[in-house]
Amino acid sequence: MNARVVITGIGLATPHGLGLDDYWSATRVGKNAIGRVTRFDASRYPAKLAGEIQDFTARDHLPGRLIPQTDRMTQLALVAADHAFADAGVEPGTMPEFDMGVVTASTSGGFEFGQNELKKLWSQGSHYVSAYQSFAWFYAVNSGQISIRNGMRGYSGVVVSDQAGGLDAIAQARRQIRKGTKLICSGGFDASVCPWGWVAQLTSDRLSTSERPERAYLPFDAEARGYVPGEGGALLILEDADAARERGADSIYGEIAGYGATFDPKPGSGREPGLRRAIEQALADAGVGPADIDVVFADAAGTPELDRTEADALVAVFGVRGVPVTAPKTMTGRLYSGAAPVDVVAAVLCMREGLIPPTTNVTLSPEYEIDLVTGQPRAAATRAALVIARGYGGFNSAVVVRAAG
Amino acid sequence: MSTQEFTLVDLKRILLEGAGADEGVDLDSDTALTTDFVSLGYDSLALLETGGRIEREYGVSLDEEIFANGLTPNGLLTAVNASIQEAAVA
Repeated sequence: MNARVVITGIGLATPHGLGLDDYWSATRVGKNAIGRVTRFDASRYPAKLAGEIQDFTARDHLPGRLIPQTDRMTQLALVAADHAFADAGVEPGTMPEFDMGVVTASTSGGFEFGQNELKKLWSQGSHYVSAYQSFAWFYAVNSGQISIRNGMRGYSGVVVSDQAGGLDAIAQARRQIRKGTKLICSGGFDASVCPWGWVAQLTSDRLSTSERPERAYLPFDAEARGYVPGEGGALLILEDADAARERGADSIYGEIAGYGATFDPKPGSGREPGLRRAIEQALADAGVGPADIDVVFADAAGTPELDRTEADALVAVFGVRGVPVTAPKTMTGRLYSGAAPVDVVAAVLCMREGLIPPTTNVTLSPEYEIDLVTGQPRAAATRAALVIARGYGGFNSAVVVRAAG
Repeated sequence: MSTQEFTLVDLKRILLEGAGADEGVDLDSDTALTTDFVSLGYDSLALLETGGRIEREYGVSLDEEIFANGLTPNGLLTAVNASIQEAAVA
């Protein structure tokens, strides 16, 4: 049976800060969080801007024993998981351990940790490499560490499909909850603002080389020139709706109502990209039509070709300017596997408040026939949102989030 | 030539650097010194990291078997000092 799967807890760390209040109070008004890279000297790299999380000290939030064995992205994820459980009113230690699982997404793994240890390997020798290098930089490490810290031994895993992974993980969590796991912590985190991570990201040729924070990441703008990378992500507590009600969950943010995923045809094949089909699959899975969607949180790649593909898919499904579209990630940069879970959070908060957060800095190019919410937030009664995420290499995913109640 | 001694102070420092501080464990207590590391919350990787740091800092080679079962802080101090002595004689 297709049980309803709902969001009962949220934890996030974004360039707007830690936690829900910091995120939403900044996002709803379109506050910029992009600036010059401060975590390393980026002056000699082509891309010099990032959305960084300021003032995060892992020791203030986590036991000392976890510090030497974790990358920054894992430290952020562990803190977000704590916040998500607290928000859901669940003490993981009091639930049967096989009833709880963790499914996260990852784009880079623990690059900063890996960089430091590889540096020791080449400069000092193998005896100086941390034993924790054996897992600290793996894609799966966030799922593993969250599982260990919270005693969660039910279905767990990791999804690696770049930015689309943030939605793919949530969909995988939903699938497993429908198969009987009572609760799954799901979402994604990346934090690779370090030289090695930076060089890896630059290989895509999609990073903006602008040095002006307000002109660097401009999806759907005639001056679109790539994106600014950011660090962070979100973790959601997902539960079977009935189980959540039975345990008396304090707050139900919304329902993961539909999901679709496709893979693009081979470049140069002349065939239509897969995004439209992913959106249509997600709508069909949710049992809704285009007219039922009140707002779209776009992938907003920020390069002309990819923006064109997304605008075409939106117009094909929803019609010309058929639905409000927004991209609050213009404030933080793209968070890789963390981006879409953060957008899911933005979607439920948008529906709760009746306010669509703006796409900042962008002047919509007349060539895109979409209703992009730019400049100011827009008041709108919203009951269902579509979140889109695409991953490097051809991944397209879409999720329909429905308001609670 | 004089040989270095590996003391509890050294062990605590290396554990802190390699495996981090456990807020719930006080290695200064007599009971902790004779309790096995696993019960103190140090898993096999934490011990591997600790052993590696001792080896490179003191220029000794520790027998992997000492880490296998039930190693206590006192047991590790004894084993490391024995290795330091051996290295000095050799």
